[in-house]
Amino acid sequence: MPSLKVTLLTGRTLRQGQGKEYGKLSERYWKSVAICEIDPDDLKKLDIKENNPVKITTDYGSVVVRTIKSLRSPHVGRVFVPYGPWASIIVNPKTHGTGMPSFKGIQATIEPAPSLEKVLTLPELLKRHYRKEEKPR
Amino acid sequence: MRVISHVTCPGCGCLCDDLEIEVEKNTITKVKNACGMGESKFLGYSLHRPQKPLIRKNGELIEASLNKAVKTSVEILVEASYPILYGWSNTSCEATRIGIELAEEVGGVIDNTSTVCHGPSVLSIQDVGFSTCTLGQIRHRADLVIYWASNPWSAHPRHIERYTNFTEGRFRSSAWNKYLDSLGAYRSERRMQRAAKLAGEIRGMPVETPSVKERAHRLPHTLFEKERKMIVVDVRRTRTADIADYFLQVEPNKDYEIFQALRTLIRDEELEVDSVGGVPVEILEDLTDVLVGCEFGVLFFGVGLTMSEGKLRNIEAGISLVRDLNQYTKFIIMPMRGHYNVTGANIVSTWQTGYPYAVDFSRGYPRYNPGETSVVDVLSRDESDAALIVASDPVANFPREAAQNLIKNPLIVIDPETNATSLVADVALPSAISGIEAEGTAYRMDRVPLPLKKVVKPPRDCLSDEQILRRILREVRRLKRKGGRSNG
Repeated sequence: MPSLKVTLLTGRTLRQGQGKEYGKLSERYWKSVAICEIDPDDLKKLDIKENNPVKITTDYGSVVVRTIKSLRSPHVGRVFVPYGPWASIIVNPKTHGTGMPSFKGIQATIEPAPSLEKVLTLPELLKRHYRKEEKPR
Repeated sequence: MRVISHVTCPGCGCLCDDLEIEVEKNTITKVKNACGMGESKFLGYSLHRPQKPLIRKNGELIEASLNKAVKTSVEILVEASYPILYGWSNTSCEATRIGIELAEEVGGVIDNTSTVCHGPSVLSIQDVGFSTCTLGQIRHRADLVIYWASNPWSAHPRHIERYTNFTEGRFRSSAWNKYLDSLGAYRSERRMQRAAKLAGEIRGMPVETPSVKERAHRLPHTLFEKERKMIVVDVRRTRTADIADYFLQVEPNKDYEIFQALRTLIRDEELEVDSVGGVPVEILEDLTDVLVGCEFGVLFFGVGLTMSEGKLRNIEAGISLVRDLNQYTKFIIMPMRGHYNVTGANIVSTWQTGYPYAVDFSRGYPRYNPGETSVVDVLSRDESDAALIVASDPVANFPREAAQNLIKNPLIVIDPETNATSLVADVALPSAISGIEAEGTAYRMDRVPLPLKKVVKPPRDCLSDEQILRRILREVRRLKRKGGRSNG
């Protein structure tokens, strides 16, 4: 299966901003953040089409998101994921003594998602990564 | 129908205060003058709201009375030896003030979202100071606007329209018509290119068109003219870059090098390399001429600088560049603050404790050491044993390990809406939305305080963040007097 070494950038988009204001449980929000903007040339190298799921893996985790063909190419080797629960799985938690994790410029690998792995919804993502265990008080 | 004018938008750090809201039977029906984000907030605020407080029992969140939810929250906070109190950027200054009193009372660490936003900028400003002004000054006087690692078109949609290039200032004209002309010219050029390409394909002779990359490395003549202009510096082309007079694409994590290269060139020193951070030196030399040649320059920077390698040192280099430029012309620098009252959270924290964020009260007095007392570090070291989150969603936005450590301990959430954090909370207290259902004060990104208006009534029994926090604080004090555990 083809895979690429890329630099991961995270950030805001207008759709993400609108989606979060309509509610974190809205489909509009999930669809705006569980995505990855990728250069059309990189899409060809991965031999997949727009909207196909890709798996992004960093030293800190991996997540499956939907691809969006970047409207502002070229930026070969740089992929963009909007802020949100999906991006938070794979960002660098190290703060280097500043309090600030590294949300941008992270080395990552991107590949077509294995057939059994799909883009999770917010409840599914919470269940997989943030299981709540109640402590008796 | 009621029309409320001059409403302040609780959307982003721009705090646009010219909104007009139409209300019918306590429902917002129309929003005028807002951007897409602001309009979504005013029209969509009621869609995913819990109606009653929730308490977790046997793994499920079940409805409870406000008194019961407050009592459970108070017990959690008083029993904890090192609780976190986090959020504060999407609520009023009045709520933050009570939050700080509460943090002192329970001996916890209080931090706001600037810790994962412009925290490094605050550290740099504390190191080297900065020259800044209000957005009004920029609107009327700035002729060169630089957005560095910032994408206001997406994150602060009305910033350009209200405060910089697309606004009509007293001494500077709007660049809106110039932008429309350039857009028309660009579209014509694209049409010509497509036609030439098609003609070439029909004749079997491909036509070479200038690549985007080649265009990006040519400084347009408009940058040297005495009129308002915009430069965008970023690691990828953004919507804002599309409307700029010039877009400088740099390699990721190389901003520090570019800043220092520009500082070197401003001092008339030579660079003994061909390019810096992916930018040819001749471009940087031309850019230096533009920076020095302006009459009033402003450098707005975004979290692209604080979240990449170098962090606070990137900002320090940017501030130093602006300081150097002030030997030749007038130049100021300003962070593009994201949440609408993150600046207010810093200001309230500073006037109450002496420190803008990451304040630790565990020893009974305020202590500040970002990297140690900042919330992501406290969580990464798994030191806290409870948390109160106000108007924020750290489970969605913190790195996974920190979020996992947050939710494994008792978690109280005060938030108007259901979000990832409230779904895994032990106590969820719905509150009135500041700026829509509750009044208050917020600080714009240039540190100008503005009043937040109440345009509709909150749902029945729904109190503001400030009122809920006051009740919790009062009950905490009462419980401690009665002999509950003291953490001072």
